Amino acid sequence: MEINLKDLLKKYKSHPYEDHEIKTAHTGIVHLNVEDGQEVSGPTGRWKHRPGTLLYVLEREGNPKRITSMYTGFVTGLRKELDSNFVQAGVPVMVIRHSLNKDEIIDRILREVLYVFPAPQRARYFFTPEVAAAMEKEGANILNIKDGDEIVIMSLMKRDTLLSYLGPPGVLYKVYFRHGDLIEQGAPLLGICSPERLPFVERMIQRIRTEWDD
Amino acid sequence: MDQKRLLDSGKYISELTDRINYIADIKGGIEWGSLRDLLDRVQAVRKKMFDLQEDELFVELDQVDRRLEFLEDQVAQDLSPIETVNIVRSPQRFTLQDILENCYDSYTELGGEGECNIDPAVVVARATITRRVKNKLYYHQVMVIGHEKGFGEEFRNGGCAKPWGNEKALRYMKVAEIEGIPIHSYIFTPGAYPVEDYPGAAQQIARNLFRMSRITVPIVAFVSEGGSGGAEAMGLADLRLMASRGYYSVISPEGAAAIEGRIKEGGKVPRELVEHCADQLKMTAEDNLRLKTIDRIIEEPPLGARRGDFKFFRRLRYEMVKATDEVVLETKSFRMFRSYALKRQSQERSNGFHDEFDIHIKWSLTDSEKKRLIELRSRKYRAMGKGYKELRQSIGSRLSEAVETVRQNYYDIRYGLLRQHSRQVQKLIEEVSSEGSVFLKTVTEPVRATYDFVLPKPKVTNGINQQDIFRRSIFMQDWEQYISPLANEDKTVSCPNSEKYGCRDLWVPDLYGEFCGVCPTCGHHFPLEYQWYLENLFDPGSVREFNNHIISANPLKFQGFDEKLKKAIKRTGRRSAIITFDASVFDIKIVVAMLYSDFRSGTVGSAEGEKFIRACDRARVTRRPFLAYIHTTGGIRIHEGTLGVIQMPRCTLVVREYIDSGGLYIVVYDNNSYAGPVASFLGCSSYQVGIRSSRIGFAGPRVIRETTGADVPPDYHSAKNALKRGHIQGIWDRREFRKNLFEALMTMGGPHLYYK
Repeated sequence: MEINLKDLLKKYKSHPYEDHEIKTAHTGIVHLNVEDGQEVSGPTGRWKHRPGTLLYVLEREGNPKRITSMYTGFVTGLRKELDSNFVQAGVPVMVIRHSLNKDEIIDRILREVLYVFPAPQRARYFFTPEVAAAMEKEGANILNIKDGDEIVIMSLMKRDTLLSYLGPPGVLYKVYFRHGDLIEQGAPLLGICSPERLPFVERMIQRIRTEWDD
Repeated sequence: MDQKRLLDSGKYISELTDRINYIADIKGGIEWGSLRDLLDRVQAVRKKMFDLQEDELFVELDQVDRRLEFLEDQVAQDLSPIETVNIVRSPQRFTLQDILENCYDSYTELGGEGECNIDPAVVVARATITRRVKNKLYYHQVMVIGHEKGFGEEFRNGGCAKPWGNEKALRYMKVAEIEGIPIHSYIFTPGAYPVEDYPGAAQQIARNLFRMSRITVPIVAFVSEGGSGGAEAMGLADLRLMASRGYYSVISPEGAAAIEGRIKEGGKVPRELVEHCADQLKMTAEDNLRLKTIDRIIEEPPLGARRGDFKFFRRLRYEMVKATDEVVLETKSFRMFRSYALKRQSQERSNGFHDEFDIHIKWSLTDSEKKRLIELRSRKYRAMGKGYKELRQSIGSRLSEAVETVRQNYYDIRYGLLRQHSRQVQKLIEEVSSEGSVFLKTVTEPVRATYDFVLPKPKVTNGINQQDIFRRSIFMQDWEQYISPLANEDKTVSCPNSEKYGCRDLWVPDLYGEFCGVCPTCGHHFPLEYQWYLENLFDPGSVREFNNHIISANPLKFQGFDEKLKKAIKRTGRRSAIITFDASVFDIKIVVAMLYSDFRSGTVGSAEGEKFIRACDRARVTRRPFLAYIHTTGGIRIHEGTLGVIQMPRCTLVVREYIDSGGLYIVVYDNNSYAGPVASFLGCSSYQVGIRSSRIGFAGPRVIRETTGADVPPDYHSAKNALKRGHIQGIWDRREFRKNLFEALMTMGGPHLYYK
């Protein structure tokens, strides 16, 4: 499917947010704890073990359940009329609007523009020595990849397996792992950009980095 | 000014600056008294040192000196406990390195030097110490083990031993035992470094205590900074000396203040509260001597010894030699010599210390002396830390005490005299049987049959087929009727794992009734009251409590603690955090000690320690397996100070005696088990099991964050991780507890549930 890059850019320019609708998990009485426009934070801590801002308490059968924010942003579309009232399951209570920063916008655009090659297994990943040498010499962005190329080594339990690239041909635009990192299954490994789209993508990212305000 | 005088003045200035800073350390800042003014004067002299006339310079410095002397006297006269703590924490205070340099003639550091060391906070050295007798020198070899705080060396962690550091200490204690040389242990630690990585802070301290209780060489400990569990890892000694300006405490005054003042993490603890807690904790040398948690005080200069106090090091050397002599002499079977030598020593002491000794005493021990050493160590610790109260017993209780004495005699005869005899006969029969094989069988069989008839084997299951027991469902027992009072509420609760595993809300009567407090989706165990276990774990009607007359008290007169105790007593109807009782599991008789959460969070004080010891002894006398079920323990009770801490070595020593005599000791952790008890009499068990969803560790997450500066993952202390680290040997489901305990008793307990 052809992606209109200009439209994509326009979309993020006009609405640099990510909206997360908060719905009730089950029936119960809602006790709101936030105001419209209030800033809220998501879970914090190295293991995300400290819960985010308390949004509301949903009480059912004497069991008050604290619903905390999973996202950082601010509250919009708060349905105040639900406060202290019984609601059904799946009823939207509010929207948490998360403001995207430059890096998040670039990341999202790239995810839409690039072909992402995922990690087939939870393992450590390395570039093959030839690819690593070429990247060191000439930079990653000019490395042309086509279907069947062996560019990555998957290392698991002391057994190294060469991975063949499966996907459309293009230029290796983004590497999502560091040499020897342990990558979870399904996490992105490589982002491939078609050669004809490459100049435009580069220009667009340049513009976002230099012109857009955070 | 000539060169020599110039050098003298430089030294003089530097010495005065150090003294000013030292007083500032003690008083908590340079703003005390006229310290700031004196420091300014010294610095002014330093700046214009080359412009001043010699006389002018020395007159000014002498004035500062006199003023400082006055201030030092003033500080020394009215030294508060928190100021004693400040003395110990001062970077100018002597450390183990100074002791090694000044008290010992030569030493070789073992296990690495400086930073290149498995744990630079623990220093081990093979050292030589001399004794002068009538102008003749005698050399003694000793193993010196202790904490090194370093002088601003970050890698020393301020003397906080990591688990592998304590392991190193233990390793070299064993070396000393093999070589038959005494151990001199120097304690300079604010506490152990609270990490759970293998071998684990708590578990390693427990192993150290367990092993030290039976080390067959004299151990003399010297305490300068005794921070709770960290100190105990090297502190189980035959003679415990303490520096007069040292402190030995269950917790740091700041830690106690944070608990007492309920200060939130990161919050500032008021200075007054810290001072108050330092006073209440009774942590000074005089306090500890009064509480009998140490044997003797080594006098320091009024404001504590510093690196350059050579007179103090001479005294310390003398005291260490003398203390080792005393320990050795106490073991001597030749009483005349022992009493003569001890008399000479006390005369020396009354005459004040000097470098010379009247007699030379060899520090090697014979086998019988080693045995006596262990006996004396046991006796010493059993007599310590008795800060509990005993209620007057009713006639019934006295009667039961008399029954107890009779019972003890009965068991002594049954398992001492007769068992010994029966074993020998059994062994003889077995040997004859195996030698003569089939031929002799015809001869021995009638003898064996007669023997079995006269001395039958104990029927451990009382006629119950073991296979039948395993086939029984726990829901088919008589004790099914007990339902937790928690189940009486008509509401639902959410499982804490609901986000991860999608657990549905649980209706409380179901959860605490049919489900035994276990989430049917993920298996999470909700906490249950200790009564549930009393009712469901043991055979109905088999629980018989004992030693209820031993009750918790407030031996330190800790302000406000009496009220807290009263509240706990009112709430629980009990008078200590431990319940000790006889019980049976599928007709196997066992002795149980249960620490429970409702009474002061299951913290261990003198009463708890004493009850635990008596329960352990009861298990030893009656030759029964001993179960320590830990419903919850929050550690050592801080309000009892070192009387609580001393329960760590005390109880471990008794557990060791029980295990050595052949007992089966099983520890089961439930809910939360932390700190001192885990780092001693619980962690030393070979068989430790966690109930699912329990947490086991040394220090809680907050203490770890505050001590190490590193955050810990939320499941850091989980039973699963404790199992992965090798701290525990298994995880049991609460619903399978009874069955698993029975299995454990049968499989680990041997044919008679008692090894020897």
